[in-house]
Amino acid sequence: MASTRPNQLFRNKSAKIAAIPMIVTALFVFVGGTIWTVVYSFTKSGLLPRLKWVGLDQYERLWATRKWLVSIENLAIYGLCMLVLVFVIGFILAALIDQKIRFEDTIRTVILYPYALSFVVTGLVWQWILNPDFGVQNVVRGWGWESFTFDPLYNADIAIYGVLIAGLWQGSGLVMVLMLAGLRGIDQDVWKASRVDGIPAWKAYIFIIIPMMRPVFVTTLVIVVTGIVKIYDLIVAQTGGGPGIATEVPAKYVYDMMFQANNLGQGFAASTMMLVTVALIVIPWAILEFGGSKRHD
Amino acid sequence: MKNSVEIKNLDLQFGAVKVLQNLNLEIGKGEFLVLLGSSGCGKSTLLNCIAGLLDVSGGQIHINDRNVTWAEPSERGIGMVFQSYALYPQMTVEGNLSFGLKNAKLPKSEIETRIKHASEVLQIEPLLKRKPAALSGGQRQRVAIGRALVRDVDVFLFDEPLSNLDAKLRADLRVEIKRLHHKLQNTMIYVTHDQIEAMTLADRIAIMRGGQIMQLGSPDEIYGRPVNKYVADFIGSPSMNFLDGQVKNGAFQVGDLTIPLDGYDFADSSGSAEGPATIGIRPEHVVTGELVENTPFQIEVEINLIEPTGSDTLVDCEVAGHHFRVRMDGQSKVSVGEKLRLGLAPSKASLFDAKTELRL
Repeated sequence: MASTRPNQLFRNKSAKIAAIPMIVTALFVFVGGTIWTVVYSFTKSGLLPRLKWVGLDQYERLWATRKWLVSIENLAIYGLCMLVLVFVIGFILAALIDQKIRFEDTIRTVILYPYALSFVVTGLVWQWILNPDFGVQNVVRGWGWESFTFDPLYNADIAIYGVLIAGLWQGSGLVMVLMLAGLRGIDQDVWKASRVDGIPAWKAYIFIIIPMMRPVFVTTLVIVVTGIVKIYDLIVAQTGGGPGIATEVPAKYVYDMMFQANNLGQGFAASTMMLVTVALIVIPWAILEFGGSKRHD
Repeated sequence: MKNSVEIKNLDLQFGAVKVLQNLNLEIGKGEFLVLLGSSGCGKSTLLNCIAGLLDVSGGQIHINDRNVTWAEPSERGIGMVFQSYALYPQMTVEGNLSFGLKNAKLPKSEIETRIKHASEVLQIEPLLKRKPAALSGGQRQRVAIGRALVRDVDVFLFDEPLSNLDAKLRADLRVEIKRLHHKLQNTMIYVTHDQIEAMTLADRIAIMRGGQIMQLGSPDEIYGRPVNKYVADFIGSPSMNFLDGQVKNGAFQVGDLTIPLDGYDFADSSGSAEGPATIGIRPEHVVTGELVENTPFQIEVEINLIEPTGSDTLVDCEVAGHHFRVRMDGQSKVSVGEKLRLGLAPSKASLFDAKTELRL
């Protein structure tokens, strides 16, 4: 029997030592880098960071720039549509695959495969598919429907939806697999009970099964939303932000400012705005989700 | 008595595997039938077929004189209780009870009356506003029974409802289910692998093995006159002692022992049998102490092992080269190595053919 409680700092020593590199990385790179970026967003940095304070000038310029406003609007459209559609499509696919079908493994692999591709490949492939000269439009016209027009990437009003199609194609598989894992975790007896109760399948999904899958939904939501906010490579590969500035997104604006326009201050201000937006969404949610003293399941 | 559930020539196959074969069963109105068997014997499968949760490959199922072989579970007039409770976790107890009824478009007042009645019967009124996560296992199972109760049906199906509970709760809820049956007088079909549950609850027990019913009868019959060696071995704890030997001239010979069979009720109408056989004697039917003098067959054995259980003491010994267990009173003072006199009454024993394992 130990007379004194052992020092808590030295318990599980090896585990703590193993965690040090990641702790250091997190502190210096993520936290440090973030603070540094926010600080320099108040300076007049150009090609190189310089501590020449200009107050909120960079932010005023940012919100007066049309390209930034278009970027925000595009992200909102893309994000909202992506979020809703990727969940609907992913869940429906998962529910269909969960019907004890044949060749489940094959179908699951086929649907998940796009996720294994990089966004650059996806963007390029969908750029070709949506190209009116040798993509879908050309094929349908070849069948005899001469007036058929489908060229989202060449119409500034709907170009962002062309990107959305590619994003959905790539992202649905992952959501499906996560949802499928959630569905498989549901006790079969619950299904049986709902059948004895005479509840139609769609109602059982909406009122019983989906509420039971809340943890899976939360995890998927986090993965999908982070994917949306950082969308960059898909745009670069598929449209390059065009036509004009029709498919610009905030991450691309940041990159362009920092490494193309040699305007670090402006880039830092834009990325700080992105951080603030994400924080405004995540922090209240995190407080709601994890803040309560008790965990309910 | 009119039959509540009738199962006619039921077959069920999964691919080439025959799970249920040509199964016939008639369950009377208000009867409590227990399907008993070890795991994989097809008892839960049979229950799922009755509920309509599995499509049968052949045969018919009638509930209340209606052919429901291809009816949806909800249209069969059944309520079902599952081993894992299968409550809807995101709804309150009240929501769980009312969800199916609301879905069936019952009037609100009717739903309220039914929930009130069910929660009174099961004493779950204080729990109505809680969610399943805030309930204990026993309470959850009561809610699950309530969900079957509010459906206002004639046939209740229980799929191992007490298996997830600890021993004490299991015993308590067992009594409650029995009381519920007395009160409601519904037909109940109850699947379990626990023979105590089966013996205490059932009006009739169906012992299943390999997709077939081995024996269907009252608990008394099954315990006292098992039709074959499997049933004899399965029912009773500690299990029956078996001695392999010969039936000759109205006596059972094993090794150099001869057990007279006067008073044994042979299954064969001629009242006798000959040839190789196995005798089964329940540990609780062996007498010790002063009572031994009154039994037709007596033997002295050496005690190998003692298992005290409190109320009883189980004594391990050897009879004619066979392992043999005897149940004695918990107060008896015995110790390993001691000699013990045992007495047997053949009228309480069971004889099985050595080859067919059927009762002689």
